[in-house]
Amino acid sequence: MSVRHSLLALLSEGPKYGLQLRQEFEARTGEVWPLNVGQVYTTLQRLERDGLVASDGDGDDGPQRNFRITTDGEDELAAWLRTPPDLSSPPRDELVIKVLIAARLPGVDVREVVQVHRRHLVELMQQWTRIKDLAANDDVALALVVDAELFRLDGVIRWLDTADGRLKRAKADAGVSTAAPLPKMPKLPRRVGVRR
Amino acid sequence: MTVLDLQQVSKRYGDGPGEVHALRDVSLSVDAGELVAVMGPSGSGKSTLLTIAGSLEEPTSGEVLVDGRLLSALSANDRARLRRRSVGFVFQDFNLLAGLTAEENVSLPLELDGRPLKSARQLARDVLEQLGLADQATRFPDELSGGERQRVAIARAVVGDRHLLLADEPSGALDSVNAEAVMRLVRAACHGGVAGVVVTHDAQLASWADRVVFLRDGRVVDQTAPPPPPESLLISDQAR
Ligand SMILES: Nc1ncnc2c1ncn2[C@@H]1O[C@H](COP(=O)(O)OP(=O)(O)OP(=O)(O)O)[C@@H](O)[C@H]1O
Ligand SMILES: [Mg+2]
Repeated sequence: MSVRHSLLALLSEGPKYGLQLRQEFEARTGEVWPLNVGQVYTTLQRLERDGLVASDGDGDDGPQRNFRITTDGEDELAAWLRTPPDLSSPPRDELVIKVLIAARLPGVDVREVVQVHRRHLVELMQQWTRIKDLAANDDVALALVVDAELFRLDGVIRWLDTADGRLKRAKADAGVSTAAPLPKMPKLPRRVGVRR
Repeated sequence: MTVLDLQQVSKRYGDGPGEVHALRDVSLSVDAGELVAVMGPSGSGKSTLLTIAGSLEEPTSGEVLVDGRLLSALSANDRARLRRRSVGFVFQDFNLLAGLTAEENVSLPLELDGRPLKSARQLARDVLEQLGLADQATRFPDELSGGERQRVAIARAVVGDRHLLLADEPSGALDSVNAEAVMRLVRAACHGGVAGVVVTHDAQLASWADRVVFLRDGRVVDQTAPPPPPESLLISDQAR
């Protein structure tokens, strides 16, 4: 999980002081994003250097400095949310985090983010299925490997479908007048085994 | 060549507060030889799209062309003939007639279309044989397994000179090996020049298609890009 993007996500809710960022970062990400809080300030410096955030302070790195996200920072966050995760290893964690963040962010259509990932996964499945289709009939080993990949990707898509349904329902329950209740970053017991 | 062309098709059921907007401005065209999958959650309008494409129902607005013929310009008789002759349906519950054998079920659309009984039956036997059902040809639907019934339904949908194959959740309750066999049949029909549309919420089924279209709340919201050559996946897989 990238500190950069979680800080950008926090700042996309509005300008925040360095100290506030550190506290919110700790409070919200504790179990899901097990990260070194000491990195927060260095990351903020780099974000500022790269023009993704701006601050109204002078050279002083103190906790009273006020940070806000720039247009470039917003673009970067939007692009990251839609970047397919590396699916070669345990598949869900990065995707789950992206969907959780997208659900919290004002101005982001989380269901559109879900659809971007769904499409990407279906495209991958099409490629695998094509390999199976073109393989010799007696190449059982290849078919088995491809099946394993297809079932794994299918599982991720089903999770996305379920998430989509839940988010739709949550939005409907919230009514039209108020904003949808945004899912909070869940506090998971360590034993659930969130992968790093 | 475009076989199916939906142009800004909308469908509303009922009116007043109970009105349901099942499809909104859906445009979709499918070429001969192409297999398109339509994916979407329950209630997103998949079956509605299929029944309208097959002229079993009329759109509230928009136009449907099959084989270049505007359905709204055809008489009811001509539409029925087009359905019998050019369009094959596979429904989720297979819809085989219980009183007819597998072979009779398959040959029925040909007979209805005026083909002589003998040649219709011969053609039906040929198709069933291609689908590995030679031994089941004289059995009744309740003497067949679910997978066999599904293959009979596909035989019936592709028999004769059909140009358009429309399938609604064609794997039904089949296990994945049988579901795959069903999709291989659909693919083979498309390789033979048929335009195919499969609606499903199952990504594994949809992944057999050349193109996957995503439906949400009656609207097409997205579709997959044309696939890269299959080698690229294996190469990138080895590289990582
Ligand atoms: N004859 C009808 N009269 C009224 N409403 C209908 C009718 N047929 C379908 N609908 C409504 O239109 C919408 C789309 O239905 P449709 O059957 O196309 O969905 P679907 O995507 O096929 O769903 P599923 O995956 O559950 O089969 C639903 O809200 C449904 O209730
Ligand atoms: Mg349906």
